Amino acid sequence: MPSYLKAINSQVGRKFMTGITGIGLMLFLIGHLGGNLTIFGSAEAFNIYTDKLMSLGPLLYVIEAGLAFFFLYHTILGVSIWLNKRKARPEGYNEYKTRGGASHQSLASRSMIYTGTIILVFLVLHIIHFKFGADYSTVLSESGKEVRDLRRLVIEEFQKTWVVIGYVGVLGLAILHLSHGFWSAFTSLGMKHGDTSKKIQTAAYAFAIVIMAGFIFIPLYIYFTGGEGSLIAY
Amino acid sequence: MSKNFTVHLKYWRQNGPTAKGYFEERTLDTVNEHMSFLEMLDVLNEELQLEGKDPVEFDYDCREGICGSCNLVINGQAHGPKKGTACCQLHMRNYKHGDKITIEPPRAAAFPVIKDLVVDRSAFDRIIEAGGYVSVKTGSAQEANARPIEKETSDIAFDYATCIGCGACVAACPNASASLFTGAKIAHLSQLPQGQVEQSRRVVAMVDQMTEEGFGDCSNYGECEAVCPKEISISAIAEMRKDYVKAVFS
Repeated sequence: MPSYLKAINSQVGRKFMTGITGIGLMLFLIGHLGGNLTIFGSAEAFNIYTDKLMSLGPLLYVIEAGLAFFFLYHTILGVSIWLNKRKARPEGYNEYKTRGGASHQSLASRSMIYTGTIILVFLVLHIIHFKFGADYSTVLSESGKEVRDLRRLVIEEFQKTWVVIGYVGVLGLAILHLSHGFWSAFTSLGMKHGDTSKKIQTAAYAFAIVIMAGFIFIPLYIYFTGGEGSLIAY
Repeated sequence: MSKNFTVHLKYWRQNGPTAKGYFEERTLDTVNEHMSFLEMLDVLNEELQLEGKDPVEFDYDCREGICGSCNLVINGQAHGPKKGTACCQLHMRNYKHGDKITIEPPRAAAFPVIKDLVVDRSAFDRIIEAGGYVSVKTGSAQEANARPIEKETSDIAFDYATCIGCGACVAACPNASASLFTGAKIAHLSQLPQGQVEQSRRVVAMVDQMTEEGFGDCSNYGECEAVCPKEISISAIAEMRKDYVKAVFS
């Protein structure tokens, strides 16, 4: 039987790993959104949450390295599949049209490489923007501990028009990426076409819209309430 | 009697695998709704030959939709616009007076053009050779009911086995992947007891061969299922993936 290395680089293995890493990244998104929503919890909930993350110490580095690995592996696979396609069809059609019906060709599925690239660029900027952004500090009322005031940075940044436009735009594109990616991941892991597949496609749309609506709500809310909305001002 | 009508054709001409291809255009005035698409091309070739020109080469054999020889990409769709229909069974009643029809060969590095609309699909043969067979005891045939197989299972196996190897899946796939063909060939054998013995070896060898032939990766576009004249489900690809993973861990 093939070695694991050979198997993972086969056409089946590559797609399988794209699905696995994709599912891993979607699970991360759920966690990320959960964390973000603590900003509506109380005046200090968000800073307590980020401080807890930071105090994981070396474990945080392990988690970050794991995430970076998932993102990179997912990207490399996506790009290699895209490059392979150009090799497999060096001369394109003069005219090309989907037949519809059973086809899953859509704006979402055809634009995975582009939405994926935009998300990757966004990711780098997003980390620079917040993780390495202005280092305000505050003192937690209960413990008296001095922690980073990421909440202040978030509220300040999301009052800038260009920042909000950028975030909402990219997160909107991520709906496209997820709405095909969610279904495709399960298909790559061996899900057959049929009733389950149809339900998974519906779940994919729901997941993509609900998750991204959650992410998009935060900058929009802060922007339109000037950071003074009743959900966020304490 | 049905009336003749006119279509405007734009078809690919290419002298050989390395020659540069180009489109040629011609208007046909004597198209009849009862003609099949290939009979319409016969009329085109008659006209060309009467003028002393080379006919347009295209593949066909049975013209009954069962052999898998024809494989034209018509107006950007493998086998044309009709669901579950090979282009030899596509009739000109699906077109109307004045229609523009573009005809191209399936485009894939693994299917080099031999001439005009004819491509070399021997890559499929090599995928089959790699493992698409079962080893059986020679001698007199076994009694047909000696090995009971459930009706549902045999139906599924038969659905996959209807693949005629036309290559429309490759032609229509945005990645030029041969996963539906390979998946169908693997899946129809893996459903049945006869296919179990070589199952692990088969799936690995056939997937390897598919990659080696230069077909692209599957991106789950599902376009292959939509154009397949036998309407084979992409569940065949799921079966292939499952078998492959099983083989890796066996």
